[in-house]
Amino acid sequence: MAHAQDQASPAPGADHSNWPDRIHAVFKKFNIRQVGHVPDTGHTRLIALCAQDNEIKDVVLTSEAEGPGLVLGATLGGERAALLMQSSGVGNCINTFSVLQNCGIACVLIVTMRGEFNDFNPWQRPMGQITEATLKLCGFHVYRVDEEKDVEPVVAAACDMAYGGNFQVAVLLSQRMISRMKGAH
Amino acid sequence: MLDRREFVARLLKDRGELMVLTGLGTATFDVAAQGDHPLNFYIWSGMGCTAIVGLGLALARPDRRVAVITGDGDVLMALGSLATIGSKQPKNLTIVCIDNAVYAATGMQPTATGAGCDLAATARSCGFKQVVAPVKIDEVAGVRTLLHEGQGPAFVHARVGTQKHERVIPTRDGYGMKHRFLEASGKPAMF
Repeated sequence: MAHAQDQASPAPGADHSNWPDRIHAVFKKFNIRQVGHVPDTGHTRLIALCAQDNEIKDVVLTSEAEGPGLVLGATLGGERAALLMQSSGVGNCINTFSVLQNCGIACVLIVTMRGEFNDFNPWQRPMGQITEATLKLCGFHVYRVDEEKDVEPVVAAACDMAYGGNFQVAVLLSQRMISRMKGAH
Repeated sequence: MLDRREFVARLLKDRGELMVLTGLGTATFDVAAQGDHPLNFYIWSGMGCTAIVGLGLALARPDRRVAVITGDGDVLMALGSLATIGSKQPKNLTIVCIDNAVYAATGMQPTATGAGCDLAATARSCGFKQVVAPVKIDEVAGVRTLLHEGQGPAFVHARVGTQKHERVIPTRDGYGMKHRFLEASGKPAMF
């Protein structure tokens, strides 16, 4: 698991609970113009921020499996794209992720983890348990974030790597971290 | 019943700067048989994704016309993507479904369209603004106009026969196709 702790550390005591806003800011910095998503409670604020942003075309997908195709199409049109989904959705994409590797398409994937910590639905466990390994098998470089303070630098590092080298990079947001957000389940 | 190869040949006549995406299956051979083109992008994996690739491209390039030419098997594998497209309403996107009611590339096994699934009705219910189902070859001129000028999203449901045609296999180099597509469409390869 890679961490971006070598990045400049934020000021001690800073409030990082607004990490969805920070991810949105990173998306803006990297000129991401399309964001495909299937909702998860943990992604609610980030999805809303993208939907309200006139420079970002947000696309609600009927299945996460559509996501890689959207990213390929955006790239052929000269736009950068990112995907938001929960860990269960990763399993829906295994075959369609192949288009990204086959064509050298940059993709940043932000995954909210389910089934790993105090999930009200224990049936999320099987897919949550294999999400990271699945992504690696599908060619993704995978970062995991457990602390709010790491969200911004890790997402920025993921964007740098993905768009710099036309790679596929995933950021897993831990369920324990997400559940610290008020109202998240 | 339309002949698929003749239908696609007439559809791509005078195509100009039309961007064409093809899905896994015989539709790729039909398009390739008309001659390779830098604005053709043949998708060789991820069956079901062609329509949504069209959406991503149409959203990124509202200044250009995008046509997805693919088969009923590809569309059926991701029916939900028709709903996704319907919700975004891209005016410049047309999905052309060459429906022969079988998986021709794998041995002519029947698809759901042969059992009654009506893809034109599905597209209409998903919010496609224009849905046409040509049955005679001389209707192609109107379909071509739809591709180039129609206010989409548009869906062309072309029921075709099961005539055999030459398998014309175009490039399978995804990196190469990406670069030539970006160059031909006026986008720098580095962005």
